[in-house]
Amino acid sequence: MSRPEEISPPEIFYGDIEATKYTSNTRVKSIQAQMTRRALELLALPEDETAFVLDIGCGSGLSGELLDEAGHVWVGCDIAPSMLEVALEREVEGDLFLQDIGQGFGFRPGTFDGAISISVIQWLLNADSTSHSPAQRLTRFFTTLHSALKNPSRAIFQFYPSSDDQVQMIVNAAQRAGFGGGLVVDYPNSKKARKMYLCLMVGQQEIPKALNGDEMEVDEGASLGMKKRREEILNEKRRRKDSAGGKKGKKSKKDMVAKEWIMKKKELYRSRGKEGVPNDSKYTARKRKVYF
Amino acid sequence: MYIVNVENCTKDNFPLSFSEVELVIRPAPENLEFIQRFLPKLDWSALVDTARSLGDESLPEQMPDQWTDDQLKALHHVLMELHVEEGNMTCRGCGHVYPISNGIPNMLLAEHEVGR
Repeated sequence: MSRPEEISPPEIFYGDIEATKYTSNTRVKSIQAQMTRRALELLALPEDETAFVLDIGCGSGLSGELLDEAGHVWVGCDIAPSMLEVALEREVEGDLFLQDIGQGFGFRPGTFDGAISISVIQWLLNADSTSHSPAQRLTRFFTTLHSALKNPSRAIFQFYPSSDDQVQMIVNAAQRAGFGGGLVVDYPNSKKARKMYLCLMVGQQEIPKALNGDEMEVDEGASLGMKKRREEILNEKRRRKDSAGGKKGKKSKKDMVAKEWIMKKKELYRSRGKEGVPNDSKYTARKRKVYF
Repeated sequence: MYIVNVENCTKDNFPLSFSEVELVIRPAPENLEFIQRFLPKLDWSALVDTARSLGDESLPEQMPDQWTDDQLKALHHVLMELHVEEGNMTCRGCGHVYPISNGIPNMLLAEHEVGR
């Protein structure tokens, strides 16, 4: 997987070409839409009510479109002018800001009913200039965001961490800023479909309830993975049982006749698609004549 | 335009004042319920001042206790339909100018201006 954040800073990486590419690519679009839907699900805004949502790193407004569909009013901010230009061309509904999220927000306290951010906060972990300090930028980002959100509310971030250390760093910064909540990992066992959502809660009196809600969500998110995991464990058990049974009941390796063993190996290689496995014939595994 | 009213300077000076503005009115579907819920979030006097500086006199000086539909509609107009396309926002505290172009305010700060 190539990581755009390792190539250049966001405002440069998402230049004119990359911005139009990003928006016209149907695969990117569908993945974005999928993640936004999931994020909205986790955000759990009250049904049938128009909410005021902040889209952090809105880019060309792909996720904003879904917010519109859900009937919410949104404000987007992004650091890449080209992406915002594309958003203007697409005539998105929300208001747009050109802003560096690492510098913090200037919104009035308690403004937003929720915040979402799709594939953004991993960018914060880069130091693109000498004055950038990822830890400081993260702290500033989370503290200002915490105050901009109303009480109670949630913020959902989908992100691609490149290591566990990064996850730890982000979670720590969020907790220090006063957020509750935790990490929701969808499809944890799949390399491709695995998605990390940071699910943050604002609100003191809400904490027990929010924690419950969060736990349920964690379960829900993890349950997909847990199921797989359980199956795996079962499989493992069965395999062990089989091999244990094999030792007692079936012939062990030593007892196997040479021909059987060779045939088994060949079968295995063929099933693995190995090239150059010799054909079977009547000479297969025959002993050679002793010439002396 | 409501974005401006939720905006607060990093140096805690609110609201930002406008200059050289170019206004555009884009009709938006009315959602009075949403506006009603938005009320507690507003700093009323700041909003009225800003609206007046932009030439909209429809808002009353004091925040009404009982809202009529007309008042809500006026508020909806100010908050949702009035957009600043071009212009500058100036922070009253530090004098920093945030330019607006194409309706997008540029909130980028130089590194030394970032509040700690």
